[in-house]
Amino acid sequence: MTSEEQLTMPIEVGQLIGRVEQHKQEGYRLVQIGCTKTGDVYEINYSFDKDFVFRNLRVTVTGETEVPSISGMYWGAFVYENEMHDLFGIQVKGMNIDFKGNFIRTSIKYPFGAAIPKGEKP
Amino acid sequence: MTKQIIIPFGPQHPVLPEPIHLDLVLEDEKVIEAIPSIGYIHRGFEKLVEKREFTEYVYVAERTCGICSFIHGLTYCQGIEEIMKVEVPERALFLRTIWSEYSRLHSHLLWLGCFADSFGFENLFMNAWRIRERILDVMEQTTGGRVIQGSCKIGGVRKDIIGEKLDQMSKDLDSIQQELEELTNVFLRDASIRHRLKNVGVLSRDDAYSCGAVGPTARGSGVSYDMRKTGYAAYGKLNLETVTESDGDCYARCTVRCRELFTSIDLIKQAIRKIPDGPVDVKVTGAPDGEYFARSEQPRGELVHYIKGNGTKFLVRSRIRTPTLTNIPPLVKMLQGCELADVPVIVLSIDPCISCTER
Repeated sequence: MTSEEQLTMPIEVGQLIGRVEQHKQEGYRLVQIGCTKTGDVYEINYSFDKDFVFRNLRVTVTGETEVPSISGMYWGAFVYENEMHDLFGIQVKGMNIDFKGNFIRTSIKYPFGAAIPKGEKP
Repeated sequence: MTKQIIIPFGPQHPVLPEPIHLDLVLEDEKVIEAIPSIGYIHRGFEKLVEKREFTEYVYVAERTCGICSFIHGLTYCQGIEEIMKVEVPERALFLRTIWSEYSRLHSHLLWLGCFADSFGFENLFMNAWRIRERILDVMEQTTGGRVIQGSCKIGGVRKDIIGEKLDQMSKDLDSIQQELEELTNVFLRDASIRHRLKNVGVLSRDDAYSCGAVGPTARGSGVSYDMRKTGYAAYGKLNLETVTESDGDCYARCTVRCRELFTSIDLIKQAIRKIPDGPVDVKVTGAPDGEYFARSEQPRGELVHYIKGNGTKFLVRSRIRTPTLTNIPPLVKMLQGCELADVPVIVLSIDPCISCTER
């Protein structure tokens, strides 16, 4: 086993920008942002790394919650945030590059979230 | 004010083996901005965890990519093993390391060929791929598969390599090393190639770090970051020196990959010398209940498999973060301010693997 220590910290959406800013100040690298649908809610994991120390911030939101973008602090976050929107339907506010649903073109809208068949409106 | 025009680059382009699209905003011949988009071949693999048992999903994970398939399978297995607290036998860990490094050799040689093709050096392309065939032959002889190996499983590996074959592999690596020296000598010393790659697509160290660059893309800009240093599989028992270059241009990224070929050969030889006897797998019972971010070093950089199980045979979530996805923002940075004619070479310099990205 690799046995890497991985700390996951659950936070509120309102705390997200502050906590991410703190990681940025401490020199952490953004590893990934990933979303998991668990029942009716979505867990969003913001993963960071510094010198192989792995940290994870977790916000739990509903499909209607608007999540602030962290692309102002981590410029490259736009790929994950657009992916999160296109696959799960999570609304992300303030992305530096917003593809408005065209980053990953899928035949079914939001296939990993509340999937909407082709032709139907959300 | 100079008039701006937008040139679409891709998804179909002679230098692109796989589809990615870039809208290039130009002023005369200079790229002002590059806007990427993907999704042309998105397969929704991650959704298959709902329909495949976690033991079967190894085969799906491997098919994420046709180049680094073994490392995808390995990373997935490591994640499950971590959640289920499975102790993998030592010999299996060494075999995983050997196959991982063969994957890196074949991937880097594939890239060197494609890269040579992108700047119009056809003969170099053929030579790189000729040597790559020797690597693929060993993969086929030891696992049964050239592209998809299917040799990794939860709890170990499916196949062993006998001592005689390991000795033969070690000897073959000597002659492969000789051929690689001749090949990389051209890549790194030929005046026309240096002229084509030097100071092209420069990515500063700060940009590489803040944009999340990984693998040779990061190491070419001086970010000394290699997941093998965490010691997963048998890497913790081998001497590994991280290869870095500081110029951050296409030549630096090419140099990193050329030097890493020799690192891989050295790691395989070390592993062959140190591999212990013993079983290659353990029986695994039960189902994963928990979550883990399994990380490894693919040829293109850090790979993350996030796995979440709920104690049933079907996982709740498998999320694969591939190195190419995280290397797209650094690519956008590299393209800002470059000449239009340099775009194909710069795009190739991150070694984009779109099939991974479009998992």
